[in-house]
Amino acid sequence: MGLSIMSIPITLTVNGVRREIVLEDARVTLLDLLRERLDLTGAKKGCDRGQCGACTILVDGTRINACLALAVSHDGASLLTIEGLADGDVLHPVQAAFLDNDGFQCGFCTPGQILSAVALIGEGGLAEEGGPADPERVREGMSGNLCRCGAYAGITQAVLQAHAAMTHAAMHAPDVLPGGNLTEDAA
Amino acid sequence: MPERQRHGSSIGLPLTRRDGPDKVTGAARYSADIRPDGLVHAVMATSTIAKGRVTHLDLAAAEAHPGVIAVMTPDNAPPLAKSPDEKDNPFAFRLNLLQDHTVRYAGQPIAVVVATTLEAATEGAALLSPGYESEAPTIGLGEGGIFTPDSVGAGSPTSDGTGDMEAGLAAADARVTATYETAGQYHNPLEPHCSVAEWDGDRLTLHTPSQALWIAKARLAGFFGIPPENIRVVCHYLGGGFGSKGFLSPPQILGIMAAKLTGRPVKLVTRREQMFGPVGHRSPTRQTLTLGATRDGALTALGHHTLSQTSAYDDFFEASGLVARHLYASPAISTTHEGSRADIGTPIFMRAPGEASGSVAVESALDELALALDIDPLDLRLKNYAEVEPITGRPFSSKALRACYAQGAERFGWDRRPRAPRAMRDTDGLLVGWGMGTATYPAGMMQGEARATIRADGTALIETAAQDMGQGAWTVLAQIAADGLGLSLDRVTLRIGDSDLPNGGLAGGSTGTATSGTAVHAAAQAVIAQLADLATTDPASPLYGAGNAGVTASEGRLARRDDPARSERFGDILARAGKPSVAAKGQGAGEPASRKTYAMHAHGAVYAEVKVDPDLGQVRVTRLVGAFAAGRIVNPRLVRSQYEGGMIWGLSLALHEHAAHDRRSGRIVNANLADYHVPVSADLPSIETILVEEHDPHVNPLGIKGVGELGITGTAGAIANAVWHATGVRVREIPITLDKLLT
Repeated sequence: MGLSIMSIPITLTVNGVRREIVLEDARVTLLDLLRERLDLTGAKKGCDRGQCGACTILVDGTRINACLALAVSHDGASLLTIEGLADGDVLHPVQAAFLDNDGFQCGFCTPGQILSAVALIGEGGLAEEGGPADPERVREGMSGNLCRCGAYAGITQAVLQAHAAMTHAAMHAPDVLPGGNLTEDAA
Repeated sequence: MPERQRHGSSIGLPLTRRDGPDKVTGAARYSADIRPDGLVHAVMATSTIAKGRVTHLDLAAAEAHPGVIAVMTPDNAPPLAKSPDEKDNPFAFRLNLLQDHTVRYAGQPIAVVVATTLEAATEGAALLSPGYESEAPTIGLGEGGIFTPDSVGAGSPTSDGTGDMEAGLAAADARVTATYETAGQYHNPLEPHCSVAEWDGDRLTLHTPSQALWIAKARLAGFFGIPPENIRVVCHYLGGGFGSKGFLSPPQILGIMAAKLTGRPVKLVTRREQMFGPVGHRSPTRQTLTLGATRDGALTALGHHTLSQTSAYDDFFEASGLVARHLYASPAISTTHEGSRADIGTPIFMRAPGEASGSVAVESALDELALALDIDPLDLRLKNYAEVEPITGRPFSSKALRACYAQGAERFGWDRRPRAPRAMRDTDGLLVGWGMGTATYPAGMMQGEARATIRADGTALIETAAQDMGQGAWTVLAQIAADGLGLSLDRVTLRIGDSDLPNGGLAGGSTGTATSGTAVHAAAQAVIAQLADLATTDPASPLYGAGNAGVTASEGRLARRDDPARSERFGDILARAGKPSVAAKGQGAGEPASRKTYAMHAHGAVYAEVKVDPDLGQVRVTRLVGAFAAGRIVNPRLVRSQYEGGMIWGLSLALHEHAAHDRRSGRIVNANLADYHVPVSADLPSIETILVEEHDPHVNPLGIKGVGELGITGTAGAIANAVWHATGVRVREIPITLDKLLT
């Protein structure tokens, strides 16, 4: 093959921190960069071909499958991974809602589910103006993230709760996001 | 039963998961997230033929690739102390560990490439371009000849029954004989099987997803010829197993061998397509049900014959006939199994092994009988309610199935179901159907052990090598410990997921919480007894002279049973005795006498609504209601999740999962998560679980039955029956896909 070792410098902002990275290999995906080189192992590799969603991260605010993205083609991008979602010890409303509603079992798909939900809520379109989110739209919007344990009822409930919390927070107190637990037990 | 989220102790409370914060923040480290210094990467090359031998590997091309350190093949793999083909117990399944150049199935590991980066190892594996001497494989069920195995499932008898089938059928007013097929299924936990292996001389540290750490340790000791105490298997978080991680699989051990070969810590992660072959699966089955009943619905004969498939080189037989041995009363019952071989990887336990595939056939056949007799399906099941275990005649240790039927039916609205099929449509013109099925799974136990330590500061440590794969061990074992120790939950530290701890049994077979929970409870009682002994024999203690049985533990204090005002803090007892801590062990295992006397099973009733597009045949489950009884519920929040996950697996069995082989090459054509369908959020609009109260004084001291597998059984049959009710078409080839409804 005669493939030679190369050095490709790129700049990424990862969870708010600007990082200069020298890739030694053009084949490195964003997922493998995070997991194998930056020790950010929250994003998981479930299939490595964009079919399970366990590697979902936000790139410039958009949810993507990190396993399908080459790092070299994202020079200058801003990445948000599960490790950067909480504000110190204060969980993001989606994280809190996953806890409250038991939106997981084994937890392997959870970082991807949560980031997918954060983006889905941000995308808008879950609810009619000012109304609660439509569960059917939540299910459809979350269907790129497999949960083999089948914690889907909790996941849907968590997204509904987080949507309500974030909508409420955006309307009434833009600077303070509640830690969740706004609705009664999903059971 | 109203449930409110509470944070505190203990058994029965719907607490949130103690491991939850780590899981929602990404802090939970799964096996492949572990990164020792100097780690290198290994990637397996797997066979693209199903039978024959590897004649050539382009080692030079792989080795020349920058970053490649080594290529492990049968010619240079480290020798093993025990042959992977040796079978010294029925559960020592034969493994493909590069012992020779033979290919036994498509997807078999044939080489491992180790490199400094994952990219280089991946490319190196592709560069091997294997050459083969290929033979035509046998793939189809029954095509390789049919025989009678010695046993099925986990050592169950191949055939079992009672009464006279011929006489039973002769006495019947109605008879149903029908053959059902279920598809091959692959577990596909989202976490692929993997190893991070590090050798230090003849000591091994292994991070790997395992449902049974001590079983793994013992197997590795045999392969590598070192004492078990030299091996530490660690798995704090397990990304789903469903049976595929009960025993170590070839990829996990190949990672250890690669570490030995290279002298470096090695990480080997199975690629998703490699999860369809070397790590087990559920066999396809062909099941023939023969039912006879009197006009009023009483069964006179219940026959269940199963053909399942194992590999060409080892034995594991899906025991679909187990359900008919335990569930319905009939004067004549016959359950038999046959096996066949194919050039596939060996099947293995997969969530409700036997019961899942068997239940869909039994429940479908019962509905076919209900149709023949024009009886309501629920009435037919009640008519044949087993008051004692049908074949053995043993009483049940507990059985609240009638309450499950009733509570589920009421919640679902079953009494409004029209008898005839194709009788309901929704406003969009979709056909609507309702069906039901009975859930059943044995309340088994393994053997386990736990250690409890109470420390001078009044806190406690509980240690057992149990495993949490999502069922909630991190939470429920702490709840059980807190109750047993008389401490609040925040004063109990739990250590699990490490084989250096006492044997925690197996997170599988719905035995985990019953076994390790019993061990934790026993350890807690034993350490409290030691503490009581210190206090009651110490004249300076207010408990002096109370006798061991005369004290109780509560809120971190021991108190006299007859005078609770006389009490003492744990820490004060230890301080006066001059001890930093006190520790004791406890065992968890089934009690032989009661297990002989009583039949022990969990039960449930599942009701399903489906909608079917009359033109396209597309099926959607719109409602599932499951009512389950499984003894004492340690944590209703987590149990609910187990049941719902199980029901979704039942839905998946009924409508989705089907590994499709190319019969010429023997390869699975849909070996990926886009083509091998598993349910997503949109596949399940509504699911409800009812926890039916059940008290079991016999199953174990805590009265706990397992809940992990129960939900699949019943559900697949309920959905199949609902599809019939919607369409009038009885599909006997599972999964039910739209093509089968359009013919």
